Amino acid sequence: MGGLAHYLEEEGIPTTQIALIRKHAEEIKPPRALAVPFELGRPLGAPNEPEFQRRVLRTCLELLARDSGPVLEDFLDNAPGADVDQDGWACPVNFAAPMDDISDQDLIRQSLEQEIALLRPWYEESKQTRKGRTNFGISGQTPEDIAAYLAEVVIAREDAKSPIAGTPPHLAFKHMADDIRYFYMEAAIARPDGQVTDLEIGNWLWGETTLGKVLVTIRDWAMETEEKGFKALAITAIVPTHQRHRTIHG
Amino acid sequence: MVHVREMPDHLRDALINQELPEYGDTPWVTPKPLNECRVALISTAGLHRREDPPFTPGAGDYRIIPDEYDMDALIMSHVSTNFDRSGFYQDVNTSFPIDRLRELADEGVIGSVAGRHFSFMGATPPTVMEPVARDLAKVLKADNVDAVALVPV
Repeated sequence: MGGLAHYLEEEGIPTTQIALIRKHAEEIKPPRALAVPFELGRPLGAPNEPEFQRRVLRTCLELLARDSGPVLEDFLDNAPGADVDQDGWACPVNFAAPMDDISDQDLIRQSLEQEIALLRPWYEESKQTRKGRTNFGISGQTPEDIAAYLAEVVIAREDAKSPIAGTPPHLAFKHMADDIRYFYMEAAIARPDGQVTDLEIGNWLWGETTLGKVLVTIRDWAMETEEKGFKALAITAIVPTHQRHRTIHG
Repeated sequence: MVHVREMPDHLRDALINQELPEYGDTPWVTPKPLNECRVALISTAGLHRREDPPFTPGAGDYRIIPDEYDMDALIMSHVSTNFDRSGFYQDVNTSFPIDRLRELADEGVIGSVAGRHFSFMGATPPTVMEPVARDLAKVLKADNVDAVALVPV
């Protein structure tokens, strides 16, 4: 982010920015930065908190009125809800234990399809509460298409054929794996009571669903494959940092 | 919350103490008074219109977000698995504060909102973004943008 500020300002465009990692702003020294104490992914602090968000953005913009720089200022208030005890969340759907034996392509697909069927009403409910907003749709594939492809990748590995024309298998996998995770996650936050966190959703998705098990299995393989596309995704782009303890390679 | 301070030590260290490119002296352009500035948002959250192609790993390109676009239809295809998305699912303004920017224009804090906003995907090495970013500055000038607010994810 700070790099963009350097390039744009050098070309004559005044910039101000939010900084989620203060140390990076200290080192990169962009012209104007507001360091915020929020979680990664939430640069404005919290959802549905317009007053708070406006204060963050206004404070950031007002750095443009300073006479000289670099300016690095701290926004001191924590995000609303950040200090609340958040043990209240539970996924609306109780699954059976995830599949233990990940070796039969048809059974994997069926298990994924069953999870999708159970989650679908909650996904729709969740979407409706946000007036139709959804982040599902990156790959252009249906959840069932994605279930079939993931089951194929687990078993056929580098021989799995990309179902998206013009897109190589590893990128098709990446777009579809992200898509189906977003489908699960949006379903999981359907219940409006209790605030949910990234870690709680992660513990559920990666610890309690067949999808999590399937993706961990693919990651374990991708860490050791010589296939360049999947190899490049393996370390950071399949399993989030806070769930890597579930993988062989960590 | 998976706040940076709650990450396992070795992973937090890897994130915070990663090697950063050198940028040299901080450039400085004095903007117009804030209440006269036409402001654009530039996000690195990998946001785009639903009909646009998703970002791919290592991409240094950007997507255009026209101000009149239905922001509730924006999609986030950032490749990183390591930041919260539940906030964005619930409210686009958690990472792309477009409604807040419009309110600040209505209140007269800023002059106006630009006709176009932009999104990169932040996991990309800045050097890959450099030529694109320098070229984007020309686009911003042509759009009569006086200042930009850069919002990471």
